[in-house]
Amino acid sequence: MLTIKRYVRAQSLEEAYTLCQKRANVVLGGMLWLKTQNRTVDTAIDLSDLGLDAIEETPEAFRIGAMVTLRQLEQHDGLAALTQGAMAESVRPIVGVQFRNLATLGGSLYGRFGFSDLLTLFLVLDAKVELYHGGTVPLADYAARPYERDILTHIVVPRQPGRVAYRAQRNISTDFPVLTCAVAVRSDGVRCAIGARPMKARLYTGDPALLTGGITPESAAAFGESIAAEASFGGNLRAGADYRRAICPVLVRRALLACKEEE
Amino acid sequence: MEIQLKLNGRPVRDSIDADTLLIDFVRAHGCASVKRGCETSNCGLCTVLLDGKPVLSCSVLAARADGHEVQTLEGLQAEAEEFVAFIADQGAEQCGFCNPGYVMNTIALLRENPDPTDDEIRAYLAGNLCRCSGYEGQLRGIRAFLSARNQAKEGQDRG
Ligand SMILES: Cc1cc2nc3c(=O)[nH]c(=O)nc-3n(C[C@H](O)[C@H](O)[C@H](O)COP(=O)(O)OP(=O)(O)OC[C@H]3O[C@@H](n4cnc5c(N)ncnc54)[C@H](O)[C@@H]3O)c2cc1C
Repeated sequence: MLTIKRYVRAQSLEEAYTLCQKRANVVLGGMLWLKTQNRTVDTAIDLSDLGLDAIEETPEAFRIGAMVTLRQLEQHDGLAALTQGAMAESVRPIVGVQFRNLATLGGSLYGRFGFSDLLTLFLVLDAKVELYHGGTVPLADYAARPYERDILTHIVVPRQPGRVAYRAQRNISTDFPVLTCAVAVRSDGVRCAIGARPMKARLYTGDPALLTGGITPESAAAFGESIAAEASFGGNLRAGADYRRAICPVLVRRALLACKEEE
Repeated sequence: MEIQLKLNGRPVRDSIDADTLLIDFVRAHGCASVKRGCETSNCGLCTVLLDGKPVLSCSVLAARADGHEVQTLEGLQAEAEEFVAFIADQGAEQCGFCNPGYVMNTIALLRENPDPTDDEIRAYLAGNLCRCSGYEGQLRGIRAFLSARNQAKEGQDRG
């Protein structure tokens, strides 16, 4: 059970940052993950009044506030166009609409959860996170860092030409994923992230030479094998390491071919 | 701490603990349709509309709803009445426990998408768990309601 002694709706990022320096205090995103924990919190810091719930568009990028919900991401036309629908595809299986109206992008990326669909997708989008004190950090670096006491304020996704596809495997719809895969195909090469291994998502290079002749069913399958050979996998309640290693090339192949089809 | 919100159109002011959940707040104010199910943000039983959007009231602090508008089935009877009989006609409700959450989320679905396809209905209601029926009855019920409504509308347009 989550027990909270004091609730504060921060009126500035400085106030939220100062409060979150204390170990017993906690920042609230959608509170869904926090609520699964057994802990007593001194002060719950709510960021709801800080205007972090908007998706700003500039010619160069999308700047997404940390309190933007998964449902907002799912329904955003600009992000749908940027990712050819992969954004909605990545979040749609997460529990249900009511859940996605609460869960936030900030809480999802701060959590750096092993099972995260969003971490997987945002890695291939070359996203950066903006921290109130820590400045701007590439998501790939942020994901590898230990948890810090800072406020994640925004996530910035550059507009880049290219194709994006997302594929995940679940034992049953709306469960946590067994494996996640995002692929972006751009003029400078292919980006591929694998998550829910069950360790958290990471970018893998695979053997890009396999794709120099173009994306075909054969080259996509071979590239998928090279990613599976590079990635490490483990077992948990949902699947064993061997199963994950076996489906990894399949998801990579399908995602690559989806990028190709959409061209 | 003191909060004030609009509950089913009425202003409500009360003193709460920092960790009072919205589900407990609305139940304490007469909205017994909002039930506690899984309490792990999974089952959809506790669905309420917060500023018009369906959310899980078991996972929202009442403090966060301060200054906002909350609606429960108690305040949405007329909207629910349009379609609930169609769901009952299909025998979709067996024990009936999941029903208030289903009805609330169906209201939200039909507001957002008045003429959904079967896949859109399934996707929107995926976060509402029912352990009796296997979901087909609810789907048939909503489909029957939409067909009846669309036929009536066509009849009106022709007449
Ligand atoms: C039952 C259940 C099923 C789920 N299924 C899936 C799934 O299938 N796929 C998937 O990808 N995810 C899944 N998730 C995770 C979910 O999508 C969210 O990622 C998760 O709930 C965290 O988001 P939140 O907004 O609820 O954050 P919270 O629970 O509020 O916060 C999570 C952590 O982030 C910190 N935090 C929040 N916001 C900030 C901020 N702006 N700055 C600094 N720190 C912050 C909090 O202090 C806390 O430590 C599931 C979660 C639950 C509870």
